[in-house]
Amino acid sequence: MTTTPPADTVPTAAALALGDDALVLSHRLGEWAGHAPVLEEEVALANIALDLLGQARVLLSMAGDEDELAFLREERAFRNLQLVEQPGGDFAHTIARQLYFSVYQHLLYDRLASGDGPFAPLAGKAVKEAAYHRDHAEQWTLRLGDGTDESHTRMQRAVDALWRFTGEMFQPVEGIDGIDWPGLESAWREAVEYVLGRATLTVPDGPRSGAWRAGAGRQGLHTEPFGRMLAEMQHLHRSHPGATW
Amino acid sequence: MTHTDWPLWEVFVRSRRGLSHTHAGSLHAPDAELALRNARDLYTRRGEGVSIWVVPSSAVTASSPDEKDPFFEPAADKAYRHPTFYEIPEGVQHL
Repeated sequence: MTTTPPADTVPTAAALALGDDALVLSHRLGEWAGHAPVLEEEVALANIALDLLGQARVLLSMAGDEDELAFLREERAFRNLQLVEQPGGDFAHTIARQLYFSVYQHLLYDRLASGDGPFAPLAGKAVKEAAYHRDHAEQWTLRLGDGTDESHTRMQRAVDALWRFTGEMFQPVEGIDGIDWPGLESAWREAVEYVLGRATLTVPDGPRSGAWRAGAGRQGLHTEPFGRMLAEMQHLHRSHPGATW
Repeated sequence: MTHTDWPLWEVFVRSRRGLSHTHAGSLHAPDAELALRNARDLYTRRGEGVSIWVVPSSAVTASSPDEKDPFFEPAADKAYRHPTFYEIPEGVQHL
């Protein structure tokens, strides 16, 4: 694993924000196990989930005890984006969520990796994983968008539904220095619009900033489905404290 | 769309430089690009490979079990085709 910088140099809030993104999305993707449309895709989604879980372990360990943080925190103490906690929905929703997040994560980690901050070692490793996650999401967006009438309709519905959660990604994260957030956002928009265009999908025009935007996950405010997800993720650890294999 | 609509692909993985690609197994995928990605996830996620080929199973021409005897039997009793009559000098490895 990557070397962890000494605890006193780590901005805890930022480690929680990035770590919770990875942990929560990993759990959401894990929900496809046993339910994916085909066996091959189930393995692909589980692989991505495991990559994210590995990132979450490093990041949460930078902020404290990984198990305590994952399994014993209340909902309001989680700092993940509202985007990643959204339920999987149909396969198109899962792919839209992956597209929006993995493009963001790839661009962000690429920038973090080239810096010398506390997240550079993790980002240097994770950026390769994120590149693959992004490729996976883009490949599926192209095929669903430019596939059958049914897949096109579902994919358009999914990118529209999740659009309002995307503005939150570009609110500066406390403790992450040296990132040009507006620049990150325009790079993200350009990349997403390019893929949606090639997939014959319409770029959503709904609000993603201002009063009607969604997203205060970084402040600990979460959407209704998150409570259920957390209950499922935490119940084993809470029911059997200290249990081991 | 169900699983059975997707064609079958044969997967060949090269485990490291200098070795040849070896058949690893088969999988379903809608097209070649996704077959390659599925193969990456199914057959190389524990560091098994540096290169992958995917080939549509329908493009493979296989010998028939019915022709097994004419195909392979004549090779069985011709020991002189095997280089087994040479003394191997001491110290030669990898032969």
